[in-house]
Amino acid sequence: MLDLAESYVLLNRSGKTQRDLLRGRTLINLFFEDSTRTRTSFELAGKRLGADVINMSVSTSSVNKGETLLDTAATLNAMHCDLLVVRHDQSGAPNLLAQKVDAAVINAGDGTHEHPTQALLDALTIRRRKGRLEGLVVAICGDVAHSRVARSNIHLLTTMGSRVRVVGPPTLMPAEAERLGVEVFHDMERGLAGADIVMMLRLQRERMQRGLVPSAREYFRFFGLDAAKLAHAKADALVMHPGPMNRGVEIDSEVADDPQRSVIKEQVEMGVAVRMAVLDTLSRRHGRNEP
Amino acid sequence: MSRSTLFTGVRLLDPASNLDQQGDLLVQDGVIADFAASLGRPDGATVVGEAGAILCPGLVDMRAALGEPGYEYRETIASAAEAAAAGGITTLAALPDTLPAIDDPALVRLLRARGEETGSLSIVPYGAVTAGCRGEELAELGLLSEAGAAAFTDGGKAVGSSRLMRLALSYARGFGGRIVQHPEDPSLAAGGSATEGELATRLGLPGIPVAAEPILVARDIRLAALTGGAVHFAHISTAEALSLIRAAKSEGLAVTCDTAPPYFDLNETAIGDFRTYAKLSPPLRKDADRRAVAAALGDGTIDAIASDHQPRDADDKRQPFAQATPGGTGLATLLGVTLAQVHNGTLGLMRAIELLTIRPARLLGIEAGRLMKGAAADLCLFHPERIWQVKAGELPGKAQNTPFDGRALEGTVLGTWKAGRRVFGGDASVP
Repeated sequence: MLDLAESYVLLNRSGKTQRDLLRGRTLINLFFEDSTRTRTSFELAGKRLGADVINMSVSTSSVNKGETLLDTAATLNAMHCDLLVVRHDQSGAPNLLAQKVDAAVINAGDGTHEHPTQALLDALTIRRRKGRLEGLVVAICGDVAHSRVARSNIHLLTTMGSRVRVVGPPTLMPAEAERLGVEVFHDMERGLAGADIVMMLRLQRERMQRGLVPSAREYFRFFGLDAAKLAHAKADALVMHPGPMNRGVEIDSEVADDPQRSVIKEQVEMGVAVRMAVLDTLSRRHGRNEP
Repeated sequence: MSRSTLFTGVRLLDPASNLDQQGDLLVQDGVIADFAASLGRPDGATVVGEAGAILCPGLVDMRAALGEPGYEYRETIASAAEAAAAGGITTLAALPDTLPAIDDPALVRLLRARGEETGSLSIVPYGAVTAGCRGEELAELGLLSEAGAAAFTDGGKAVGSSRLMRLALSYARGFGGRIVQHPEDPSLAAGGSATEGELATRLGLPGIPVAAEPILVARDIRLAALTGGAVHFAHISTAEALSLIRAAKSEGLAVTCDTAPPYFDLNETAIGDFRTYAKLSPPLRKDADRRAVAAALGDGTIDAIASDHQPRDADDKRQPFAQATPGGTGLATLLGVTLAQVHNGTLGLMRAIELLTIRPARLLGIEAGRLMKGAAADLCLFHPERIWQVKAGELPGKAQNTPFDGRALEGTVLGTWKAGRRVFGGDASVP
């Protein structure tokens, strides 16, 4: 998948497209949760491959969320959509949808469960910069407990032979995190020591409201990435963030905008290429060349 | 009209009297007329017998939710009675967290009457501990008791306030009332949908720490000691809570507990790939806890096995996991899943039936669950080895949300009799 994505990076940079690949195929971006970044990335990926792309935003504030989900599934099925990209605030919602629709379902982030294309684009970004994934020390820092990005990255990177650490306050660490094959740290200096990659996670304001973290300033003091903390990582360590960033909460602007260290913008570019590779692969599996 | 039935050549099993013998049992006019190694056949009697079959008292299920009143779309009393009969259950204690809650003596009487209308199932209502099961102020425990409430509980909701629990235990003591607790610390359990740990972490589901159960059990044991009241813990699911209950019993406190088949037959892996039918309250646990519950069935720590039947309709369950309503059906599978513990050698057959009959009957303070001459002929005839497969969609009754979907069970109910009248099965009868 990463090799295929690599070829799409080159294609995109050359300014060419491959619009015959998904010609006549319908891709629906079904977003039950706002996400301009991921939705746009999938939209662009679909269009560059020639698919007809439709964006659907569904409010989850309606009374019966589950009914909306299955009603929507039935509607989409009747429209004969080929590729369904789903973002939902509930873990497992894409699994439920996949049981009810004929289209290939792509998880664009579900609750606190998974965000597979984010992990793929992160891996591609790392591999292009470092030439490998195996043996790299990757520190994933922040709200690991509520992060689907962290989970998918842990699964992917440990599978590819990286040494993954998770760093954050105990209240934001999922239960039995070490069982996922990672080392757990509650101290940034120790967690970042010798790291090749520093991957920051977004901290939502809601965590403060629920008392998991006393305040934003306390969080930034101990877990926000600034130049001083980053100095404990390797001299050539890269800084990543899935976006959108809370500057001054989990990351200092000085670090986020440092062109020598930050690959945050590159992650966005890789996102489109990875999603093209995913759409390509899944449409082949789903018999793209049949009438 | 005299109706009589002769059970012949069956294994008679009655834990209350420690009876286990091959023999005959005669039912006349709705009561057990006689039983012995061999009885003559009265004129006109229906004869029932099957090689290898066991005749025991009709099962007493001390914990089941009915859809009525308020949730008829999930289950009606008629459909629950059908499922109960298929499960060999002739007496059922109904949880009060309905709509409205059973917090008024008239509602207790209504439920009892509705049970009688079924002709197959005695309903023993629980009264609410707190008005509306809202956990704010005590319900009229005395009046509820007078109307026939067997004990008091807020059903699937814990009495969270220590002060309120103290009051309930203390006040109910005045008329021998038992408080049945859903043992889960509400603030630790809030928002959770699976047992906290590796699996919930992998699935990205909000977890409930195992400690939520022993924390409330420990508190209520101390409150029972403080007040002299009787507390019963429902659907115990953790080793830690069982240790606390074991210690409280040896301390001589009025502490009892039950569990339900999912907690000794399934572990948390049943929720695998977001299976909402296996979403229960309390949630399924790790296998070490399951094994501890199974072991406690035989050592006297657990006083009864209840179905913990919680009917749900398709829309309750066809949801993303965290939003799905917890609960599983349990009436038709109560005996079969319990017998699995007999077949695997964990539990003796006599003890298993005891936990399903006389023990819950005594906890509820009712005359049921035993084979006694002159007593109502509530009977269950089953074949302990005959196999059937649980299939959601094909279960008796309306609610199909079984956590045991696909499970092969060794142990089949052949027939159920309520006050001498056959209310389930027909294959075993010989004209």
